[in-house]
Amino acid sequence: MEKYKMHILICGGTGCRASASETIQNNLQEALKAKGLEDEVQVVMTGCFGFCEKGPIVKILPDNTFYVEVKPEDAEEIIDEHIVKGRKVMRLLYVDPEKKEVVSDSKHMEFYKKQIRIALRNCGFINPENIDEYISRDGYAALGKCLTDMTPQLVIDEIKASGLRGRGGGGFPTGLKWEFASKNKADQKYVVCNADEGDPGAFMDRSILEGDPHSVLEAMAICAYTMGATKGVIYIRAEYPLAIQRLKVAIKQAREYGLLGNDILGAGFSFDVEMRYGAGAFVCGEETALIHSMEGLRGEPTVKPPFPAESGYNGKPTNVNNVETFANVPVIINKGAAWFKKIGTEKSAGTKVFALAGKINNVGLIEVPMGTTLREVIYEIGGGIKDGKKFKAVQTGGPSGGCLTEKHLDTPIDFDNLIAVGSMMGSGGMIVMDEDDCMVSMAKFYLDFTVEESCGKCTPCRVGNKRLYELLNKITEGKGTKEDLDLLRNLSTVIKDTSLCGLGQTSPNPVLSTIENFYDEYIAHVEDHKCPAGQCKALMQYVIDPELCVGCTLCARNCPVDCIIGERKEAHVIDAAKCIKCGTCMDKCKFNAISIK
Amino acid sequence: MAKIKLAKSKVDKLVEICKSFDNEGSELINVLHKAQQTFGYLPAEVQEIIARELNVSVAHVYGVVTFYSFFSMVPKGEFPISICMGTACYVRGGEKVLEEFKRQLNVPVGETTDDGKFSISCLRCVGACGLAPVVTVGERVYGRVSVGDVADIIKEYQQ
Ligand SMILES: Cc1cc2nc3c(=O)[nH]c(=O)nc-3n(C[C@H](O)[C@H](O)[C@H](O)COP(=O)(O)O)c2cc1C
Ligand code: SF4
Ligand code: SF4
Ligand code: SF4
Ligand code: FES
Repeated sequence: MEKYKMHILICGGTGCRASASETIQNNLQEALKAKGLEDEVQVVMTGCFGFCEKGPIVKILPDNTFYVEVKPEDAEEIIDEHIVKGRKVMRLLYVDPEKKEVVSDSKHMEFYKKQIRIALRNCGFINPENIDEYISRDGYAALGKCLTDMTPQLVIDEIKASGLRGRGGGGFPTGLKWEFASKNKADQKYVVCNADEGDPGAFMDRSILEGDPHSVLEAMAICAYTMGATKGVIYIRAEYPLAIQRLKVAIKQAREYGLLGNDILGAGFSFDVEMRYGAGAFVCGEETALIHSMEGLRGEPTVKPPFPAESGYNGKPTNVNNVETFANVPVIINKGAAWFKKIGTEKSAGTKVFALAGKINNVGLIEVPMGTTLREVIYEIGGGIKDGKKFKAVQTGGPSGGCLTEKHLDTPIDFDNLIAVGSMMGSGGMIVMDEDDCMVSMAKFYLDFTVEESCGKCTPCRVGNKRLYELLNKITEGKGTKEDLDLLRNLSTVIKDTSLCGLGQTSPNPVLSTIENFYDEYIAHVEDHKCPAGQCKALMQYVIDPELCVGCTLCARNCPVDCIIGERKEAHVIDAAKCIKCGTCMDKCKFNAISIK
Repeated sequence: MAKIKLAKSKVDKLVEICKSFDNEGSELINVLHKAQQTFGYLPAEVQEIIARELNVSVAHVYGVVTFYSFFSMVPKGEFPISICMGTACYVRGGEKVLEEFKRQLNVPVGETTDDGKFSISCLRCVGACGLAPVVTVGERVYGRVSVGDVADIIKEYQQ
């Protein structure tokens, strides 16, 4: 990177690309050319910066200026003002919503202050399609160290001592897993990277692969060295075209540099990586299902044992790890287990990446030390609840997790604490909900997902989840009874106890946790036939308050089914029979005259 | 058996795809991905030819095609509309947007309008949760879509 005086980094994550970051990149380059600066200033498309809420992000180095919500037409001004004249473009800087002050350096933003970036260390800093940039930030140093200075057992011991636990959801100690795989003798062994990321609303793994693909390749090679594997496979969702493309580029470059292939770094160790594509089945994230899918079969789980470490891909010992787990490995080798162990809590070392989303001000990708509380994440990093609404619940662990409430906000986040309060870490999805979200509907949403994604192999999951869904549906339609709540609980317990794989064993968690934490809301549905959050369509009606309505006609002009009647300057009325309850009128009315009854 | 016969050029293309994966049965999913990229969908005849080439049963191919939601046995519309039903989009109103698309185009999820122009499907998280709710039309991603925007999006493609 030395030959350039300045660098302009632009976010190339999926979210920012959707907001035209590629056009911004082109415009910046054009503007530089127009000023004859293309040899002095380099424009780099990086991976996700994390602050997706304010994307597209453009960052200028070396002064660390952080521009937010940049539009293609801003490119010229950035070049003219900032690069040529050295004056920051004030209107594009981030304004702290509390203090109302401009913050130009991301280090001083509340969003970043509490974060520690280990797995995301390179995301937003390097060009993921250039291996030299990875190498310049200690890339492949860990692999070199392992191959030249450490025996496989020493590497395993280091990972064990670091306390690293699997980030794919289970939290199994990574070093121990590697040790099992290393002890099983076979002519062929495999290292598999699980990049199936099925939790809807989570995009941690994708961002790592898009922003720093080499970190995963390097870790896979290290893992292969410890267990004596020569082949690696990355199983990745076909829905992630950008991550796939960046991995392909990375694999090609690593081969060219002799960091993959035969006799890596002249140490007599050979390892290569290929890719397999998922095809839209959540259950394929489960490791046995994933292995069957890699073999070209239907992705149905099988009973463990045998564990993949004994008999996995093609019946050979196989070690499966998650993307984020791998991304931590090179840093642990470089900085040492003791350094890593100091971060986080006693039983959960290190950090965790979360995809923070939902009704929160700062949607984005964050990495915090284990032990950070939910309150810190939601209010300090996340900037609190959107539109000044009231916090209601936070969901972690995706379809396998639970909804936590106000009283859990001071729980330090780690694997064991989340399980103790009835949720789980999962892969890192964190969805925040406000007072307008109905918890029965939320449980129904997750069950709808599970029913669709159940592979159908075992009855409790295939049929049981369907029955759970139907009961929840009945309740949201106002036809439920109090007995249905007992039925929900009992059935949930049976499904958890008797399902074959992790999907069925955890799918009732959203139901159980919402009944536990929001019992009153269920009661309101079954006894008063009311939805307190005003979300269940069958239980609500939009009405216009004739006292407040000034007859501006705005609602009537926006109603998609033309069911609002009234003369200009007179109170309007909604024809309840025709209303499809879309809520547009309520959003549009500037006089708060429309409410839900 | 299927009524329409595939043109010879298409059969050749399929044979070629299978060959590029060494006619290995274990490469079935990769073959199906390639075939769907080429033909847009995987009708029964395509599956039969793949089964023959890879030397596996048609039932096995069908079993795999129907297991994975990414594979489709019906053609999509000229402008395939996908509404994100990931959790982040759901809590920010994705369902209402979906309802509005269904209402305006008058087709259920998974089907195509009579003129073949639009099809509606749901997907789970495109990774742009910061822009929720998200809708994609072909490659194009629309963020922060409200019920009121639906008509405008459809209009863009109607000419
Ligand atoms: C239904 C189900 C879905 C899963 N989905 C994923 C996934 O998307 N990504 C992942 O890394 N692990 C997923 N897992 C966990 C894997 O089975 C496995 O434990 C993990 O990949 C091991 O890697 P780790 O030890 O590094 O976490 C899933 C498990 C179940 C039961
Ligand atoms: S629990 Fe569900 S997903 Fe798992 S094997 Fe049984 S049916 Fe399939
Ligand atoms: S909720 Fe929708 S359909 Fe009903 S009156 Fe309002 S705008 Fe019209
Ligand atoms: S938008 Fe509000 S004030 Fe205007 S006519 Fe409708 S209800 Fe009345
Ligand atoms: S949930 Fe819709 S883009 Fe992530």
